[in-house]
Order: sequence, then C-alpha cells, then structure tokens
Amino acid sequence: MLLEHEPGEVLHPFHGGLRLRHYKRQSLSSPVSRPPLPARLVLPLCQHQGRAGRLLVSPGQRVLRGEALTVAEAANQVPIHAPSSGVVRRLEILPTIACPEPGEPCLEIELDGEHRAVAPAVPPPWRAMSAAELQRAIAAAGIVGLGGAVYPSAAKLLAAGQEIDTVIINGAECEPYISCDEALLETHPERVLAGAGILARAAGARRLVIAIEKRMRSAERKLNARLEVTTVPTRIVKVPSMYPEGGERQLTQVLTGREVPLGGYPQALGLVVFNVATAAAVADAILDGLPLVERIVTVTGTGIAAPGNRRVLLGTPLHHLIADCGGYRPGAARLVCGGPLMGEALVHDGLPVVKGTNCLLVLDAGEIADSAPVLPCINCGECSRVCPVQLLPHELHWAIRAGDLGRAGEFGLEACIECGCCAQVCPSHIPLVADYRRGKAEIHAERQRRAHAERAKARYLASQERRQAKAAAAREAAEAEQRLAGDAAEAKARIAKALDLARQKKAKRTPMTTPAPSRSRHR
Amino acid sequence: MTIRHFPTAPAPHLPPSRDVATLMRDVLIALVPGIAAHAWFFGPGIFLQIGLAALFALGAEALAARWRRQSARRLIGDYSALVTAVLFALSVPPLAPWWIALIGMVSAIWLVKHAYGGLGYNRFNPAMAGFAIVLISFPLPMSQWLAPAPLGAGGTDLLEILRAVGLGQLPEAARWDAISSATPLDLLRSGRAQNLLVSEVRLDPVFGDFGGHGWEWIANWYLAGGLWLLYRRVINWRVPVATLGTTLLLTLPFYLIDPAAHPLPLQHVFSGALVLGAFFIATDPVSGASTPAGRLWFGAGVAVITLAIRRWGNYPDGLAFAVLTMNALAPLIDRYTRPRIYGERR
Repeated sequence: MLLEHEPGEVLHPFHGGLRLRHYKRQSLSSPVSRPPLPARLVLPLCQHQGRAGRLLVSPGQRVLRGEALTVAEAANQVPIHAPSSGVVRRLEILPTIACPEPGEPCLEIELDGEHRAVAPAVPPPWRAMSAAELQRAIAAAGIVGLGGAVYPSAAKLLAAGQEIDTVIINGAECEPYISCDEALLETHPERVLAGAGILARAAGARRLVIAIEKRMRSAERKLNARLEVTTVPTRIVKVPSMYPEGGERQLTQVLTGREVPLGGYPQALGLVVFNVATAAAVADAILDGLPLVERIVTVTGTGIAAPGNRRVLLGTPLHHLIADCGGYRPGAARLVCGGPLMGEALVHDGLPVVKGTNCLLVLDAGEIADSAPVLPCINCGECSRVCPVQLLPHELHWAIRAGDLGRAGEFGLEACIECGCCAQVCPSHIPLVADYRRGKAEIHAERQRRAHAERAKARYLASQERRQAKAAAAREAAEAEQRLAGDAAEAKARIAKALDLARQKKAKRTPMTTPAPSRSRHR
Repeated sequence: MTIRHFPTAPAPHLPPSRDVATLMRDVLIALVPGIAAHAWFFGPGIFLQIGLAALFALGAEALAARWRRQSARRLIGDYSALVTAVLFALSVPPLAPWWIALIGMVSAIWLVKHAYGGLGYNRFNPAMAGFAIVLISFPLPMSQWLAPAPLGAGGTDLLEILRAVGLGQLPEAARWDAISSATPLDLLRSGRAQNLLVSEVRLDPVFGDFGGHGWEWIANWYLAGGLWLLYRRVINWRVPVATLGTTLLLTLPFYLIDPAAHPLPLQHVFSGALVLGAFFIATDPVSGASTPAGRLWFGAGVAVITLAIRRWGNYPDGLAFAVLTMNALAPLIDRYTRPRIYGERR
C-alpha cells in the first residue's frame, strides 16, 4: 500500500469519540507488585477468541510453572500453561468472567507454594529464527492480544497473507481508570521494545510504530532511552487522549489517515496492531522461554481501598487480587471487568483472572449510571455525532426494537465496535450497546441457522439425488429387463407365427405326403 | 475468603452526561430573553398565554399519562409538554381568547403526541401542529395582533388583557388601529397586492430597521438564546444555519435585481417566526431529520417553504406549515442521507 506519509508521521482525526476525564493517577501512584500466591488457581481451557487446545494433563498430575496444560492443534486453538507449581485437582465446568453462568471447562490447580518452574528450554537466539519459526514459538507460548480482544497473536501474523510493512504497538490506553499498559511502559519499557522488535521480524515488517498517549511523558522518555533494543526503524508517536483511540481501527485511522475496510482487518493496509502488553509477553516467551502465565491487572475505582497495578498469575481469584489492594471500601456497588465504557459488570468476585483481564474496576454507588430511568429515543442524533464508526446508533436502536435485523444490518450493525460512546451521551439513557450485542447475537444465530438449513438442504438434495439416481438406475434396469423379456416374447411369437405358417403350408400338402412324423415332431 | 456478589448492569458504567429533562429545561431557559422582549413590546399578555398553554398542556399530559397507565410525574418531569406550551404561546397573538390555548394544546398533546406513542414517537412537531390547527380553524382571533408598545395603545393594561383573553372582548383602543393586519409581513403581503413599492410599504411605523418594529428585537433575543443552546450543545448548528442561510441566499438575488419590489433579505430573517423557528422549532429532534446532511436539507426545506408561503400563500407567515411539511419528509430525508460507515466504500 502506498502511503503519502509514513504511519504516524502525520496524525489524522477519527470521527466522533469522547474526551473523558481520566482517573489513572490513583492506580499509578504505587509500584507494580505481586500479590502472594493464592491457594489454588482456576484456568479456563479457552481464554481467547477461538477454541481450547487438546488437554495434556489429568487430575492428580503434578505440574510446574510454565508447563503446557493444553496443546494447540489448529490455527484457532491456543494452549494454556501452568502459572505456578502444584497438583491438578479437577477438570470441571466452573464459572468464569466470559461465562459466569453456567461456566466453562476449567482446570483447577492446587498450588504447592514452591513456585517451581520447568527448566527453561534454552531458547535459540531469536535473530537466528525465521519469521515462521517465531510465529510458531509465539503460538506455542499461548500468546493472545492482551488489550482485551484476546485474538491469537500468531494467527494475526499468519492470517495476514498480505505484505505487512509496519507493526503498530498500541499503547493508547483510552479507557478512563485503566493503567496497566502505562504501568508496563513505566516499569519495563525495554521488554515492550524487545517484543515489538521480535513481532516486527515475525511479521516481516520493516518498521515499527509505538503509539502512546500524549500525557504519558515519562513513559515516552523511558522508551526513547532504550530505542536501540528494537533493531528496526522505530517511531514513538504521541496520540491525543480521545476515547476510543485505542481501538485498532481508530488507531489505524489516526496514524495513517486510512480506514480499515469494512469487515476487514488492518492487515489489508499492510499494518498489524499489537497491544504493548502483548509485545512484552512475546519478549518473555522468545527471550526467556516463559509462556503467557501472568499479566498486569489494574485494580482501581472509588470502591477500592488501595488502587494499584499488580502482576497477577492467570487463574488467581478476583477476591484474592482485590484483598491485595486493600479490599473494598464501604460504598462499593459494582464490580466491572475492564473499563467503565466497555467493561462487563460481574456478578461476583469468585471468578479467576484470565489472559484478557486488564482491569478490575469497583465503582461507588454514587458513580454508577443506573439510577436514571430509560426514556424513549428522542432522535437527538448526539449518538451519531460521537460514533467513531459513523453509524446512526438511533436508527440501529429503532431497527432492533422493531425486530428488523435486516434493516439493522443495512445500517451497519456489524461494523459497531461496541465502544459505548453512544450510550454514554444518550440523554434518554438507553442501554444501546446491550441492544446491539443482542442484535448481533441474533444476526449471528440467524446466520448459523441459515447455514445449518443450507447444509441440511444440501444434504437432503444430495440424498434425494442419490435416491433418484438409484431409482432411475433401478427403473432402467427394470426397463431393460422388460425390453429383453419383451424381445424374447416377440421372438417367440414370431417363431410361433412362422411355424404356424409353415404348418399351414404343410397341411395343405400333407394329404399327399407324410404328415404323421412331422406333426409328432412338432408337438 | 467469602465471595461477594454485586448487582450487574450493561455498560457503560459512568454516570450519564446528559438527560432529556436537562435538554428541555435548557430550551426553556434559552427562551426567557425572547419572552421578556415579547412582553416589553406587546405587553404582559404573553405571560397569560404561556400560563394558559402550560396549564392545558400539563393537564392534557397528566390525563394522557393516566389513560396510558404511565407515570404522570415522569411524563411531566421531562419538560417536553412545557416546551410545547411555550412555543405555542409564543406563536399566538397575546390577546387570543383562552380557548385557543385549550384547543391548541389538547390537539398538540393528545392528537399529535400521545396518539402516536408520546415523546419520541410523534411524527410532527406538537407545538406547530397545534398552532396550525387553531390557525386554520379560527383565522380571526389568530390574526388579532397588537401593534408594538410605542405605537399601539392597547395590550398593556392587565384588566384589558384579562377581558380580551377571558371573554374575547378586545380593548377599545386596540380594536381598530392594532388588529388584523398590523404585522410587517401582513403589510408586505397587502402592499404587494396593491403594487406598492417595498419602500412605500415600509413607511408604515410598524417597520423597524430590518424586520418589524419590536419584532426584530424579539428575534434578536431569540437568536441570543439559540446561540446559547448551540454553545450548550442542546441543538445542532446544522438546522439553524441551513434555515437562515437558505433564507438569505434565496432572497438576496431578488433583492439585488429589484430592491423596489423585494424586501431586504435581513427583513425576511428578522420578521415573523423565522429566527424562533430556526433555533427552537425546526431543531426539535423528535420530528426532524437526524443525519448530518439530512439536517441541512431539513433546514433548507423549512426556509424554502416558509418563503414560498410568504410570497404566494394565503398566510402572512408560513413557518408552521413549512416545519410540518418537512416533518413529514424527515424519514425520507434520513433514508437518503445516511452517512458513509467507517471503512465502507462508496
């Protein structure tokens, strides 16, 4: 793709968006520490967009930190690893953040408290590895997008198919409250840069753009000081703090002025975007042989006594993490996984941390939105003014309310990134994003139903064809037999006729000659 | 450690940044300077009209809430009926009899609003629909405008106002010099019919610098209120800019070609209900177009139809009819002005 400017050289606006007040200082003021080891970890087998890998362990088995618990056998599978040493206790359906009710298959590991790791397989120097080898190593380390989308990182590199010339590292952490990426940039800038360099090689890209927010001045200094780590031409770009700039599509637009095609990915523009934490995880995996078993989680909000960032083992129960941050304040009224705009409210804090858990937000009763009654849409259009995808959210709302999914599709429902800007500014307090999710789920279900029906139809038609072919063959055979039989009868009749004729002729002559023997012969 | 449970709700989890009641309340606040100017030039009759219209509108709303088994407090609490009442009251003559407000408001709230499903579902602007109904049904009381304060004698005495509004008896002084064709737009119409030059028509004392005497000042205050609404992001700039811009663009060539036969473009803007309409009426989100381009078309359409009615129609001003016509077209406009979605090729 030919660009007028290099990505990030000139910044471009995106449509709509919100300028939000940030509350990041609270969680950034204390250093990133590790909570004590919990008694047990609960690891969902599938923590990404895709399917779980094949199980490698069974209950009763001892595992060490870094040991693979599942193995990927297809591109959409991602393995999980043991974050600490202990014994696999059970494999069971347990409640998770993604599926609190009824739950999904999880492994429970009872920790022995020794935190022993598998002897790290001495990783080969990554510069000697080819892009394909790096992609395989990234896949085997269980790395997925840690910004929240949890898409398999190796699949992102593989599925590209297109020439990638730029790897973008996304440090635009635009949700208020979340600060885990900034904390990572502050504490381990060299890890992010190293991982970014490895990703650039794995993608076959010739340059790197690291996008951070304008307000992250100290992180910028630290990144610039270690820039030599990346080994490819690297540009640090400061983007204005505007929600939802951290969205892949919005960031692409800000850095290049180009839009990712509808239904496509940035790869179509020769770009691939990874979160800063993903880059650091890649560095851990490729440089140290440590697969993805922990991540930084922001624990914050007005309902938390001592907000902060923690480096947490995957599988840690949320209440363990919250207890490490001083526990709840008296007014705590809502527990959210993620930021206030896109986060999911959780029913309870007994769920485990997974790869995609970037933030635990506990909000005070006075801060939450649901006191306001929902009124009918007044068509004010404020939602379309802030929509970064330039949708008409109110039209989608009317269409979904009317149950007209076809119309919702025409208005671009599936292009919606669920950023929540529309619902945030809606003066009628309509939970628009919840409507869209329902609508999307229905469209998806409808499509699956149709695909299913289509397959069933194809099967039926095929079987019918087979049956018809069989019937036709049978009919043909019968006809052929009949024809044969008919032929035989006709031949017989003809013979009989001929004989009759001959007999008659003979009979005329018989009185004169010798009839007796011939008659007897023919009887 | 025990597991703690929390109630859940869909995202986003921040307190909402706006609500309908605040928007409506801002509209009412923005109308205050215009109303004050109205009272200054035409006497306190406007307060009585607003009071009556508000009373009937809220009463109609409360009854509708009861019939529809909804919370009356919530319906009245969104202030939308109050906005309808004030906009209606600003459109009728200050000395109009009380039943004008009654009929106007009952038809606006019941027929135009709740019959379609209430706030958010009405296809037409309730205030303008109510106004159009009384204007067509009762042309005489609806044309009894007073001359502005320094010119007319009537309309300032509270007792006279009460008699006019309550009993339909116009004050003696007002009866002949200030009624029936006192507004500048009326004069322009009749002047055109008599082949008078604009300059001759404008000799009448009801004319001010741009629009009508007094009227232009009221319009100025509406403009100020409208700008405040823009600043508060209660309304979008597209409809007022399109309405006023189209008015100027359409009238300017005529004025330049023949200034004797056509009034100054600014006269069109500052007379009648155009400024009020551009900022407060055509901007009604419920009954208007909602796409960015659609709003420009909507505003332009309001201006074109208003001017056409002023020029060729039977009514001196046509804003209400223009808004209602465009209300009917709004869904169609929205349909053909859908913006390009991010990443979509066109």
